[in-house]
Amino acid sequence: MTHAASFRGNQPVIRVEHAGLDFDGRAVLEDVSLEVFPGETAVIIGGSGCGKSTLLRLMVGAYRPSRGKVFLFGHDLSEAAEKDLDKLRLRFGILFQSGALYNSMTVGDNVALPMREHTDLAADIIDIMVKMKLELVGLRDFGELMPEQLSGGMKKRVGLARAIALDPEIIFYDEPTAGLDPIYAGVIDMLIMDLSRKLGVTSVVVTHDMPSAFKIADRIFMLHQGRFVAGGTVAEIRGSADPVVQQFITGAPDGPIPLRMSKTDFARDLMGE
Amino acid sequence: MAESGVRDVLGGIGGAGKDLLRYVGALGRLFSASLWFYARLVLRLKGTRRSAREAVWAQRVRVGVRSLPIVTIVLFFVGMILAFQIGYVLRDFGAQQLVADTVAVAMLRELGPLITAIVMTGFAGASIAAEIGTMNVGEEILALETNALNPLRVLVMPRVMACIFMLLFLTVIANIVGILGGFAVSVTALRMSPQTYYADTVMYLKMQDLVTGLIKSMAFGGLIALIGCHEGLRVEGGAEGVGRATTRAVVYGIVAVIATDLFFSWLFYMVL
Repeated sequence: MTHAASFRGNQPVIRVEHAGLDFDGRAVLEDVSLEVFPGETAVIIGGSGCGKSTLLRLMVGAYRPSRGKVFLFGHDLSEAAEKDLDKLRLRFGILFQSGALYNSMTVGDNVALPMREHTDLAADIIDIMVKMKLELVGLRDFGELMPEQLSGGMKKRVGLARAIALDPEIIFYDEPTAGLDPIYAGVIDMLIMDLSRKLGVTSVVVTHDMPSAFKIADRIFMLHQGRFVAGGTVAEIRGSADPVVQQFITGAPDGPIPLRMSKTDFARDLMGE
Repeated sequence: MAESGVRDVLGGIGGAGKDLLRYVGALGRLFSASLWFYARLVLRLKGTRRSAREAVWAQRVRVGVRSLPIVTIVLFFVGMILAFQIGYVLRDFGAQQLVADTVAVAMLRELGPLITAIVMTGFAGASIAAEIGTMNVGEEILALETNALNPLRVLVMPRVMACIFMLLFLTVIANIVGILGGFAVSVTALRMSPQTYYADTVMYLKMQDLVTGLIKSMAFGGLIALIGCHEGLRVEGGAEGVGRATTRAVVYGIVAVIATDLFFSWLFYMVL
């Protein structure tokens, strides 16, 4: 597992420095620091509602941090103007949890839209590019279909084709395997690894699917109650002595992360006290 | 006790006033962004694409052309109703010959623009709110933003501009159809001669009757689209949120249209 260490020599493409985010006065993220290096696959794991999707949105500039700083390609997102953010946005792609395809457009137009809007390529070149992107995710013949005609897994693959339309340097994945059957989840894992190896893109994956995380990750970070409780290579996470990490990766129903969320005493509650 | 009650009521009114101002401010921001992006489109500045022109056109078709049958039917009926009601009043004065110009003036100045706008809050405002709201819930708006595509440019501007233009167009149609409805009733039930009806209509109508109505219709069109977009963009909480946004788009749309109508009626009465 010296693989991860080999990325360290470069400048990080993403740097999160003690970032926190509040919603309506409640801290969703307390204090998070993270560096992601070019070419690596960083996987952020954590239970539902631990703030991992929020962290992803912080890293792409959809939210601005309430505290701390977030740097993307060396630019401070908390101070970037909308115009500069737009320039940075062309350098990364996002695969949304639902795929987030534009439902009023065909599959092909979904993939073509970023190219039509942001490049001066001729229409026939764009058509070829769309076919190439769709071929990468194995859906070359599906360009004419509407998103509603696709299954959930296919939507995610089209979402991935759209995310890589402008050859991004970083791809963010929000729960890429959630809601998919094991075979389809395996297909998505393979695509993520392919893009990382063949195109050399940096990947940031937010997931709670542990088999997937262990398969694709160079480094894994565990988010719990708005803070990172662990971070390291796959082997380090597997061997972690932290009971919270162990409970999460083994899926034990009760442990440091309690099974029962209610804080009041059950017996007293039943007696109506 | 009574004093605090009064204070509560005043506070409530103050709060509502602040909310209203904030709402109008949000609509104003959407409108100025739409104008800005539309100006860039018209002037063919850098950064505007073929797809934007197509988007405006697609929205015009969607807003205007598809609603044409319903607007036609409704306004024809309204014209007929108007002739009956005015005929009923004027009969007592033996002044039934005034039906033609009363129908025409009422249609052009008031009912053409107003009824068309009210039909369109249901037709366009609701569908805009539902569509953008659904896009919002499905992370499509976020996807647009992260594709460096400003939703105000690709979603709001085409809808606002299309609505302004198509309300103008539909109101012209509505005026004609409405007058025809009045004509139909007058020459049958009210036994007026077609020639007299036509001559009266043409003689009494002034250009300003038409123009004031059309100015109002454009304002209504802008409001309907802006409210629909605003409600769609601020949807929270899934399908239920989309439903609430759709309802609000219609209710607020109708209130806004009628309030604006009152304002214009006052303005035109004072200055014209």
